[in-house]
Amino acid sequence: RLRVLFPLVPIFYAFLCLFILGAGDQGLFTSLYTSLAQQLPREPMEWRRTYGRAPKMIHLEANFVQFKEELLPKEGNKALLTFPFLHIYWTDCCDTETYKSSVKEDMMRWQNTLRSHSSADWVIIVVESNETKKKNKPNILPRSSIVDKIRSDFCNKQNDRCVVLSDPLKDSSRSLESWNALLLKLRTLLLMSFTKNLGRFEDDMRTLREKRTQPGWSFCEYFMVQEELAFVFEMLQQFEDALVQYDELDALFTQYVLNFGAGDTANWLGSFCAPVRNWSGLLLRRPIDMEKRDSIQRGEASLLDLRSYLFSRQCTLLIFLQRPWEVTQRALELLHNCVQELRLLEVSVIDGALDCWVFLSCLEVLHRIEGCCDPAQLAANCSHTVGLWAYATDKLKCLGELCGLVSKNGPTSEDLNRTVDLLAGLGDERPETGEFGLFLFYFFEPHFRFLHHLHMFLFLYFDFFSIGRLRSARLVGKSLAEFYMRKGDPVRAEPFMKEALKSYESEGWRLPVTHTRRQIAECQKLLGRTEDYLRTSALLAGDVNLSTEERKHFCQEILSFAGRSGNPSHKVSLCMNVFAQLTRLQFRPATASVHSGAVLQVELTLRCLMPVPVCIQQLAASIHFDVDHGGTHGRSKGATRQTNQGTIEFKPGTSSAGPNSSTTAGPTLEMDEIQDRSPSDNSLSSVGVVCKNTHLIIRRRENGSPPETPNCVSPPTVAMKEGGQMLKVQNVKLEPGNNSITFTAPPGTYTLRQLCATVGEVQFVLSPIYPSVRYEVYSQEPQLTVEPLSEPLLAGMPQLVKFTLLTGHYTVKKGDALQLSNTETMPILPSSSCTATLSIQSSEKVTSISLPPTLPYQVLEFQLEVLCIIPSGSERPANERLTNGEVRHRPHKDFRNKCYVHTMSIDCPWSIYSTLLALTFYIPFKTKHSLLSSGNRKYIQVCVQNVSDMNFTLTDMKLTEKQHSSLELQSLNTKTNQLLCSKHSVFCLWEVRWKDDLPSCLQCVFSANFCPLNQDASAFKPFHYQFQLERVTTLYSVRAEILPPPGEQHCRSGLVCGLEVCITRLTEPSEGEIAEDSKTDTDGLKNAKLMYEVADSSSNWAVCGKSSGMVLMPLKANATHKVQIEVMPLFAGHLPFPKIKVLKYLPHNAAAAIQPDPDSCVENDSLSLLDKTLDDQADTASIRSRGSIHSVGSSDQQQKGVAMPRLEPFSPGQVFNNSHSQQVLVLPTTDDHIMEVNAT
Amino acid sequence: MKCFNYPLYIRSVPSQNELKFHYTVHTSLDVVEEKVSAVGKSIGDQRELYLGLLYPTEDYKVYGYVTNSKVKFVIVVDSSNTSLRDNEIRSMFRKLHNSFTDVMCNPFYNPGDPIQSKAFNGIVSGMMVQTG
Repeated sequence: RLRVLFPLVPIFYAFLCLFILGAGDQGLFTSLYTSLAQQLPREPMEWRRTYGRAPKMIHLEANFVQFKEELLPKEGNKALLTFPFLHIYWTDCCDTETYKSSVKEDMMRWQNTLRSHSSADWVIIVVESNETKKKNKPNILPRSSIVDKIRSDFCNKQNDRCVVLSDPLKDSSRSLESWNALLLKLRTLLLMSFTKNLGRFEDDMRTLREKRTQPGWSFCEYFMVQEELAFVFEMLQQFEDALVQYDELDALFTQYVLNFGAGDTANWLGSFCAPVRNWSGLLLRRPIDMEKRDSIQRGEASLLDLRSYLFSRQCTLLIFLQRPWEVTQRALELLHNCVQELRLLEVSVIDGALDCWVFLSCLEVLHRIEGCCDPAQLAANCSHTVGLWAYATDKLKCLGELCGLVSKNGPTSEDLNRTVDLLAGLGDERPETGEFGLFLFYFFEPHFRFLHHLHMFLFLYFDFFSIGRLRSARLVGKSLAEFYMRKGDPVRAEPFMKEALKSYESEGWRLPVTHTRRQIAECQKLLGRTEDYLRTSALLAGDVNLSTEERKHFCQEILSFAGRSGNPSHKVSLCMNVFAQLTRLQFRPATASVHSGAVLQVELTLRCLMPVPVCIQQLAASIHFDVDHGGTHGRSKGATRQTNQGTIEFKPGTSSAGPNSSTTAGPTLEMDEIQDRSPSDNSLSSVGVVCKNTHLIIRRRENGSPPETPNCVSPPTVAMKEGGQMLKVQNVKLEPGNNSITFTAPPGTYTLRQLCATVGEVQFVLSPIYPSVRYEVYSQEPQLTVEPLSEPLLAGMPQLVKFTLLTGHYTVKKGDALQLSNTETMPILPSSSCTATLSIQSSEKVTSISLPPTLPYQVLEFQLEVLCIIPSGSERPANERLTNGEVRHRPHKDFRNKCYVHTMSIDCPWSIYSTLLALTFYIPFKTKHSLLSSGNRKYIQVCVQNVSDMNFTLTDMKLTEKQHSSLELQSLNTKTNQLLCSKHSVFCLWEVRWKDDLPSCLQCVFSANFCPLNQDASAFKPFHYQFQLERVTTLYSVRAEILPPPGEQHCRSGLVCGLEVCITRLTEPSEGEIAEDSKTDTDGLKNAKLMYEVADSSSNWAVCGKSSGMVLMPLKANATHKVQIEVMPLFAGHLPFPKIKVLKYLPHNAAAAIQPDPDSCVENDSLSLLDKTLDDQADTASIRSRGSIHSVGSSDQQQKGVAMPRLEPFSPGQVFNNSHSQQVLVLPTTDDHIMEVNAT
Repeated sequence: MKCFNYPLYIRSVPSQNELKFHYTVHTSLDVVEEKVSAVGKSIGDQRELYLGLLYPTEDYKVYGYVTNSKVKFVIVVDSSNTSLRDNEIRSMFRKLHNSFTDVMCNPFYNPGDPIQSKAFNGIVSGMMVQTG
C-alpha cells in the first residue's frame, strides 16, 4: 500500500521539576545535591489531595538551586513551575563557638528573608561527620549538641525542621539510615509544601476564572495560569489531570464562541476574529509549540493558533495516556468545530484556506498517530483513522475543484492567482510543516495532482471496505469514478459507478439511483456501448426524478438511434418495463373463451413512461399454443377465466420480471380469528384477529428487499422468443400515460407470453406475462342428448322426452332432420306439445324430425311424446321369474328393476354414425295372486298395487284360463271401474268352477285396462299379468271338535276336555300321487302317511299328553281317521280352537324321491292370507317352549342334514281346515278363588 | 428523515440539496449497522434505541435511532445549529418513533410502503419548523 510517509520526528520532552533553593554551606550543598537529586525520586509518596480527589502515589523530583534572594517569588507571581517549594539550610558546623559567632546569624538572616516572602517551607540540615567530630573533640561538649541549639533557636514548635545527616559520604549502616531518614523528611516536607502551594494556586486560579465576566478579563491570561497547573500535573506524570485542565480551557473557549454566536460578545474575543493569514495546519511534533504559546501569551494568537496549540497539547497528553484513537476522534471534531467557529465568528478567510488547513491538519494527525503505533495496530484501528482520511480526501477534492485543477482546460489565471494566495498562507518557512506544505504544493502541480488524488481515493476506498462500511466505500468509489471521468478515463470509471448503482438499487434509494444512472449514461456514451447506453437512456427517459428536459433528451437519444438506418437484422432489444408498463389486460368477451366464429378481442392497457409520444411501428404479442387443451372441447377449462372476469390488473411492480416477482410480494398474511371467552359463563369477553405467520412477514422486512419503486429496478433484458405465433398491430402512437391497444385472437387455446414493441432499430420486449393469461377460441362437435322430462318414465303411457341439441360448430341448414328408427314397442306419438318449429313425419320404420335452421353454438330443445307398450301376456319382462304354485309366487322386492329398456337409434345430419340412446321405462303396477279354498271350492285372488305416483282408473279386469276350456272363472267383483290411487292396492276375486275334474295346474292370465285418472276412455291401455297355479285340488279336510268333560254341558277352564280331530280324504288319488307316496307300501292297499300336530300359539290351551302323531291314511275318497287328544282350556270365554296342522310324512328312503323346494318351508310369509294367521301362530315361542312339538322349520332343517324321515307341508289348497277360526265357549271354574283385576 | 435500508420516508428542508442528503443518510447506514452490531454483542435485548451522533461532518451532524424491529431513523441537522443538544435530538426521535408506530398501526398501511400519512408528515414538519 502506498501511503505518504514522513520522517519520524523524535519527541523532545522537557521534564519540569520542583525547585528547591539551597542556602548555607555552598561547598557542602554542591557535594551532596547530586546524590540527593538522584535519590529523591526513587521512592513514591502518597499524595493526598484536596476536594476529595483520589490520592495518588507520585515520585518527587527536585531541582536544587542555590539560594538567591531574587529567586524568591514576588507578590502576585502566579508561576508555579519556578516556585521554590522548599528552602534548605545546610551546615556542618559542630562547634558551638562557630555556631554562635557566624552560623546562627546567617541562619537568622535567611529566616528573615524567607519570612518576608511569607515562605514557611524550610528545613535545616546539619551534617555530622566523624572527621569533624574528631577534629573538634577537645572543644565539644556532647551534651548540648549543636542540633539542640539550632532547634531551640529556630524550631520552637517544629522540631522536625531540623534534620541530622551523619556521615553522608561514608558507607556505613548508620549513614545509610540517616540518609533515608533525610530523604523521607525531604519528601514529606516537599509534598506538604507542594500540596499547600498547589491548593493556593488552584484557589487563585478559580478566583481568576470567576472574574471572567468583568470587563478587563483576558482569556489568554487565564489560559497561561491554568496551563501552568497543567504543566505541573504533567510534570508529576498526572497526564489525566493535565488533560482535564486543557479540556476545561477548551470548553471555556468553546462556550465563549457559542455565546458570541448568541450575541454575547466578550472584548478579548476580538483578537481571535482577526483574518486568518496562516493555514499551515496543526503542529503535533513538538510537545510544546512555544511560538504559538508566546503568541497566546501576548494576546496575538488567532483562533486557529489557539485551537492548534490547545489540540497539540491535548494530543501530546493523549499519546502519553496511550489513547491515540481518541486523538483521531478529537481531531475530526476539532476540525469540524474550527470551521464552524470561524464561520460563527465571521472571521474572514480566503477561499480554500480552510481546506488547506483541514487537509494539512488531517495529515499531521494521521502522521502523528502513525508515528506512535505499529502498522498492525494501525491496520486494526483503521476505523478510527478512516474519518480523517475521508475528510482529507474531501478537502483535497474541494481544493482541486477550487483551483481549477480538475477542469479539462486546466486552471485559469484566476485559478492560478488563487493557488498562489493559498500557497502563501502555508508558511513554508517553517521546517516542520514543510513536508505537507510541499505535498500540497506539489498537489497544485499538474503532473502530481492526479496521482495524489487517486491514491487518496484508493486508500479510502479500501479502508472503508476493510471496516465494512460498504456504503461509504461505494460513495468514495463513485467519487473516484467521477474523478476518472474528468480525467477522461471512462473505462475505469464504469465499474465503480456500476457498483454504486447496484447498491442504491438494491436498497431502493431513488435519487441516488437516478443521479448515478445519469453518470453511467454519460460514461457509456463515451465508451460507445450503444446497447447499454440505450438501456440506461430508456430508464432515464422514464424516470420521474429527472427534469422533463433531461427525460426528453434521453428519449430523443433512443429515438434518434432508432431512426438511423443500419443493419436491419440486428435489433437492439430493451426491456419494455422501462418504456411502458402493461397495467391491464382485458378480454372481450370477459370469459376469454369464444367459439371459432365469434371475435375475441384482447385489449391491453399500456402506460407509456416516455415524456413524449412515441410512434411504434409494430406492437406484437407472442402467444403460445396450449397443447394440453387441444383447442377443441375445452369449454370448461381455463381456470384463470373464472377468477379474473376477463380483466387482469397488473400492479406496477409485479408485471416486471415474470414469475420471480411473486416472491418479492412476500407471503400473504394468514389471519385467524380468536375469541376469548370467560371461563365462568362462556360469554364472549374479547374477539381479535391474529396473524399466524408473523415470523415470515417480519423476517422478510429485516432482510429488507425494498419495495420496487419504479426507478430502482434494472430489469434484465429479455430476448423475444422466436418462432411463436404473434398478434400484431402496426403503427401505433403511444402517448405518455395510458394507451389502449386491441388485438384480435386466432382460434385455439393460447397463453399470452410476451409483448414486443418495435421502434426502428429498437425493440422493447416484455418478459413473460405473469400471472399467465389464457384465452380460448374453440370449436365444438354437435351434441345430442335425450332425457326424460320427468323421472321415472312410466311404461304403458305416453311420456314426454326432452331432446337437447348443442349445435357446436355445425350450422343446421334448412331440411336437416333427425331420423329416429321406430320400434314397435315404443312408438313416437304425434303430439301437440312439440315445438311448433318442428315438423315430424312418421313412416313405418322411421320418424323424421326436421330441424329449424340454427346457427352454430346454439342450443335447440324440443320435446317428444313416446309410449312404451307393455307387452301382453306371452312376453314377460326379462327378469320376472316364474314360480310353481300359487303360494310360492315370489314377489319382486326389487320392483324398480322391473323395467323396459328401449334403445333409440338416431341418424344425425352431421355424422355418418347413428347415435344410440337408451330410455328406461318402469311398469307402474305390482301384481300378486293367491289361491283360496273353501272345502272343495276354489277361489283366485289377484292384488294389483299401484307403485307409481299417479292415480289410475282400472277397468275390465278379467281372469282367463288358457288350457282348460271346461273351467269357468266367475267374477265376484262388483265394480267394473276401480279407482287405484297412488301406493294403494286393488283386490279382485274369482271363483273357479269346473265340470269334471279340477285340473291340478292352472295357467291364468289377468288382464285389465288402465288409464290415468280423469282421462277419457280412449286413453285406456291394457295391462296383463300371467301366472300359474299348481296342486289346486283339496286332498284332505280336517275337522276338529271339542267335547266338554263328561257330565258337563260346557267346557270349563282348568278341566281337561277332549279334542277330536277327524281327517277325511276327499278325492280319489291321482296317478301322480300314488306314484309319489306309496312306493313303499307292502300290502296292496295304498296308504299315505300323515302327521298331525296340535299346537296352540296363543296359550289358550294346554295339550295334555300326546300332541302330535302319525296316521296312516288310505288313498281313497272318504277315508277318515279320527284322533282323540286331551286338551285343557286355560281361560274362560270363547276360545279359538287350537291349531291343527297336517303334514306329509316322508319316510327316509323316500327322501330322494322328491326334492322339495327349499323355499317351501322357509317362505312362510308368502302363504295365502287366510292361512297366514294360523301359520304365524304356530311359530310363536309358547308352543315350542313346552317341547311338545318340533317346529316345522327345525325338523326340516335336521332332515336335510341326515337321511332321516322328514315332513313336508301340503300346499295350502290341498288341506282344508273346517274348524279354522271356530270357537268354543269355556266357562270359568265354579270355585274360582282368585280373581285377577288389572286396572290400568 | 428515516429509513429501513430502503427509505420509507425522506424529507428535507430546504429541498434544493436533497440528493446530497440522500447520499449522506445512505452512508450513515454504515455507522448505524456498526453501532447496532456492536451493541447487540454486549447486551441482549436491553438496548438503547438512540444511537447518538453517528458521525459529524463539517456542515452536518447525523444522529441515529433504531427501533427494536430494526427500523432506522436518521436525523441530519446543520452543524451551526447549536441549540440542538443530545436531549432535544433524543426527544425528536422519540416523537418520530411514536408517530411511526401510529402509522404502522393503521390497518390500511402496508408495511414496507413509503409513508404517506398526513399525521406523520405533520409531526415531521412540526419538528423541522421548530428546529428552524
